[in-house]
Amino acid sequence: MHNLKPITPLGGATPRVDTIGAMTITEVVDCAMASVAARNDQRDAVKSALAGKISLPEVGLSTMEAPYSAFWMGMDQWMITAPHESHELLAQEVKADVGDTASVVEQTDAWCRFDVAGQDLCDMFERLCNAPVRSMAAGAALRGTLEHLGVFLWRLEDTTMAVIAPRSSAGSLHHALIGAAKSIA
Amino acid sequence: MSQSNRLKGGLIQTDKPLNFTFDGKSFQGFQGDTLASALMANGVRLMGRSFKYHRPRGLLTSGSEEPNALMELRSGGRQEPNTRATVAELYDGLSAQSQNRWPSLERDMMAINDRFSTFLTAGFYYKTFMWPKAFWEKLYEPIIRKAAGLGSLTGEDDPDLYDKGFLHCDLLIIGAGPTGLSAALTAGRAGAQVILADEDFELGGRLLADANAFESRSGSDWISEVLGELNALPNVRIMPRTTVFGSYDHGIYGAVERNADHLATPQADKPRQTLWRIYSKRALVATGAIERPIAFENNDRPGIMLAGAVRAFANRWAATPAHSVVVFGNNGDAHATARDLMAKGVNVPAIIDVRSDAPDCAGTEVLAGAQIVETKGRLGVTSITVRLANGQHREIACGSVAMSGGWNPNLGLTCHQRGRPSWKEDIHAFVPSSDLPVGQSVAGAAAGDLSTHQALMGGATKAVEALNALGVTATMPDLPEAEDRPVAITPFWHVKGAKRAWLDYQNDVTVKDVKLAHQENFTSVEHLKRYTTLGMATDQGKTSNLGALAVMAELTGKPIPETGTTIFRPPYTPVAMGALGGRAVGKDFHPTRLTPSHTWSEEQGAVFVEVGNWLRAQWFPKAGETHWRQSVDREVLQTRNSVGICDVTTLGKIDVQGADAAQFLNNIYANAFAKLPVGKVRYGLMLREDGVAYDDGTAARFADDHYVVTTTTANAVLVYRNMEFARQCLWPDLDVQLISTTEAWAQYAVAGPNSRKLLQKIVDPEFDISNEAFPFMGCAEITVCGGLRARLFRISFSGELAYEIAVPTRYGDALMREMMKAGEEFDVVPYGTEALGVMRIEKGHAAGNELNGTTSALNLGMGRMVSKKKDCIGNVLSERDGMNTEDAYRLVGIKPVDSSATVPAGGHLMSATGPVDAAHDQGYVTSTAYSPILESSIGLGFVKNGAERMGEKLRLVNPLEGQNIMVEIVSAHFVDPDGEKLRA
Repeated sequence: MHNLKPITPLGGATPRVDTIGAMTITEVVDCAMASVAARNDQRDAVKSALAGKISLPEVGLSTMEAPYSAFWMGMDQWMITAPHESHELLAQEVKADVGDTASVVEQTDAWCRFDVAGQDLCDMFERLCNAPVRSMAAGAALRGTLEHLGVFLWRLEDTTMAVIAPRSSAGSLHHALIGAAKSIA
Repeated sequence: MSQSNRLKGGLIQTDKPLNFTFDGKSFQGFQGDTLASALMANGVRLMGRSFKYHRPRGLLTSGSEEPNALMELRSGGRQEPNTRATVAELYDGLSAQSQNRWPSLERDMMAINDRFSTFLTAGFYYKTFMWPKAFWEKLYEPIIRKAAGLGSLTGEDDPDLYDKGFLHCDLLIIGAGPTGLSAALTAGRAGAQVILADEDFELGGRLLADANAFESRSGSDWISEVLGELNALPNVRIMPRTTVFGSYDHGIYGAVERNADHLATPQADKPRQTLWRIYSKRALVATGAIERPIAFENNDRPGIMLAGAVRAFANRWAATPAHSVVVFGNNGDAHATARDLMAKGVNVPAIIDVRSDAPDCAGTEVLAGAQIVETKGRLGVTSITVRLANGQHREIACGSVAMSGGWNPNLGLTCHQRGRPSWKEDIHAFVPSSDLPVGQSVAGAAAGDLSTHQALMGGATKAVEALNALGVTATMPDLPEAEDRPVAITPFWHVKGAKRAWLDYQNDVTVKDVKLAHQENFTSVEHLKRYTTLGMATDQGKTSNLGALAVMAELTGKPIPETGTTIFRPPYTPVAMGALGGRAVGKDFHPTRLTPSHTWSEEQGAVFVEVGNWLRAQWFPKAGETHWRQSVDREVLQTRNSVGICDVTTLGKIDVQGADAAQFLNNIYANAFAKLPVGKVRYGLMLREDGVAYDDGTAARFADDHYVVTTTTANAVLVYRNMEFARQCLWPDLDVQLISTTEAWAQYAVAGPNSRKLLQKIVDPEFDISNEAFPFMGCAEITVCGGLRARLFRISFSGELAYEIAVPTRYGDALMREMMKAGEEFDVVPYGTEALGVMRIEKGHAAGNELNGTTSALNLGMGRMVSKKKDCIGNVLSERDGMNTEDAYRLVGIKPVDSSATVPAGGHLMSATGPVDAAHDQGYVTSTAYSPILESSIGLGFVKNGAERMGEKLRLVNPLEGQNIMVEIVSAHFVDPDGEKLRA
């Protein structure tokens, strides 16, 4: 085991949790991510190769089959996630499954993730991004812009949205989330 | 002052008194009042001064179209100028000040302008300030600028928050009068997602202002009933205090919600206002109509108001401008004002109706066929002179005139996308044409249907149509019996013979000004507008434009529709800059990107520099260092003498995979990559389509089908975007996949003769990084610190033996600390971007200053890198004659002949003798630094045919700064020109 201590995207030793009114904003670090992009004409092959692990979702959607989840990122491209604690080498694991049918890239630390939960979820996200949050069903996953950042919005449940954004801007994103939560609290 | 002009009834809450001040005087109003209605109730008629002549002005209207009663609200950082008192909701403690006057509203010295009105006519400044020419900049413009403007700002920062948000709906209903409410009821019941927005804090529109809109019930009862139902529908969002100010492409509307303007201060952490972008599938404009004034002699005295406004103040706010009000009109609606005032106990001495067939009105005298020809009263009207139908004059004492020239549909939102309205003869007004923005419809008074019955029916009908188009079934609701009076109007725009009859109250444009414009041939509406400033004030001419058009039409002999209108543009009413800025102010103007070693760098006291959104350590001062150069020189020397570490995470990293990855990179880069062996890195140069170099970096090959490309920090996004474009659009058949990994890896440059020794303490022992096993330009996937996956590249920007090492970002902080600890025995130093810059200049490496958008590979001394054996973006156009002349610029090194002199960046190079001008320019300096190794100022630059001019002495000049020093052209590689160090 190596001796390097990780820090969270916000720079802390442990993930940050903020509760503001009815909303809770949780910094999520136990999430390994690997992007999977099908090689030319290999879409079905990739899906088959991963069938035992996770079924790959259609446009704008996600799938959750514990411990794995996946959301659609672009044409023939998905992000697969799993708990970091148990799947830190997720990219290698997935690459072993898909072989030459797909390009797999470790994306774990390219992103920060905040899970935003609470009854006023839609009110809050209306102040953050142009996604049609009220019509996003649980499982929907969209690419959008929030605080000038390219983000993924992943509706985990009716009252929970994961925001996945570039890691280096975690502080700015967190500031925006807190501001919006206070605005509607 | 007591509320001497307060009437009985109204929709105010008299059990909730509110205290406020105006120009320091204390007053009391009630919950439900606007600042305007409360001032009126307190007998205040004088509320402002006009822009040019500083004429005394009072309320003209009761709504957002108000041109006169502009005030400064609040104080300090919250002071807001030019606020219309008619839309300022009264709250306890409100403080308002009049503006554009000195020293007081009653005695305004600038009113002297009015005495010179003969000279200050339209366009006077175009004529007056033409000579002497030299006076314009020094005298005239400063004076005009000082005189211009209305309210003032304090210059203090606004302490409040402003939000921005996004809403989506099936049907956006703009305006919650009878039209909007009936549409909302229809759509709400049908289950559609509805947004109902109104600029007022009370919904109901004219139903709040008109006493007899319904046959058998009060308007407020019906409003309560409808709002009760709408509030219970989860699919209907009701947004009072929300002005939809603009119609944009694709059914998008801009709106401002005033969340806290009606409070003394917003609640902590809550916005004062919210700027909404509303994405609508369909939109219904139900914005009603705006009454128009009549131009007659001195029609701008305080107390002279629009009839519908006087009626609104009486019915809704239980306030009257005076206890004796004369009504002046050309239509039946004006009579309703007289009736409502009399019902409230206000004396109406007469109705002056220009129509010769005007009907009688019980309770007052109707002077049919009469016109007002003069008014009196210094700070407020005290009497009027009427020319009767028989030509006789009669003077009538009064404290107010309620005038009505008819109603104009409020159609701005229908024309924001350059739609032109059409003329409706029966109401003598422009109405929206069929040329509406996509998805938009119009109903009610906004469409020219001016009765309450038409409004109710129109709203419901248009809602049904809009929803049917979306596949939603909707049915007409039961609607109450409402008044359906026909519009009985005789067009009448101005009283002939008037010397000073106002059209545009805010900008002081009179009938005479329009006549002058006509006389001087500014007859097109667009010229009329600009020549007279008609409609260019903050009210955008809502009450004035048509009157002026009508006068111009009369003068030109053309009908009004042929005269046309000017373009309607957003915003409909002024939008605060704070709302447009939202939360993107100060340091939150853009996101900040932090490097993995940021916290550690802060602990070291680093000085940071913004590089795009990144914050990078610029240098790390040590105790005793008083100048940045001391820190930078130390970092350079320590790195070159032993080892230094720099966070280079900000460089773009793009993962390129796929069976055709090699071919793809061959196409992207000017030089070849297909044969790069696995485990090797190569420097690469990218060209634009036009052959100019635009970015450089490296590509490391980790497998046959896997490369990692690095870019400059500045171009990380641009390169990735261009590569995606190439992948998707230029060569879609190539099997290649891209994704950015810039943020995924914390990457550090470890440079200096002891860099290998330091890294050998970090890299796990099973990985041999000796010079033999891991030579210059090698790359490998390794593990560090006991098993953490990492990537190691043997590349050098400084010219030293150097590496770049990358680990997953979350471990970046820890790796930095480990490396610093491991390097203690080598006297390791962290270095920032300044030292990085010095060392790359010493080594002669190009950076952004050299890749400046004008230079080619040839200029950079890399002409041979542009492979002729393969195609790539930019290679054809890089062969253009003009880019390959014999005297083409070449990158060279520059050092001063006198080593104590400083080479300035940006200077131009001239021959040692001869003229100093553009025609004799030999080149220019792009980058400079003080080299602590060479103990001299040095630079990089481009010199014509520079490769052949080594040793030549040139003058480096900067005529702007008076600089002129002798420099010598040398190799750009000041340090280790043969590359022995980096291969060591």
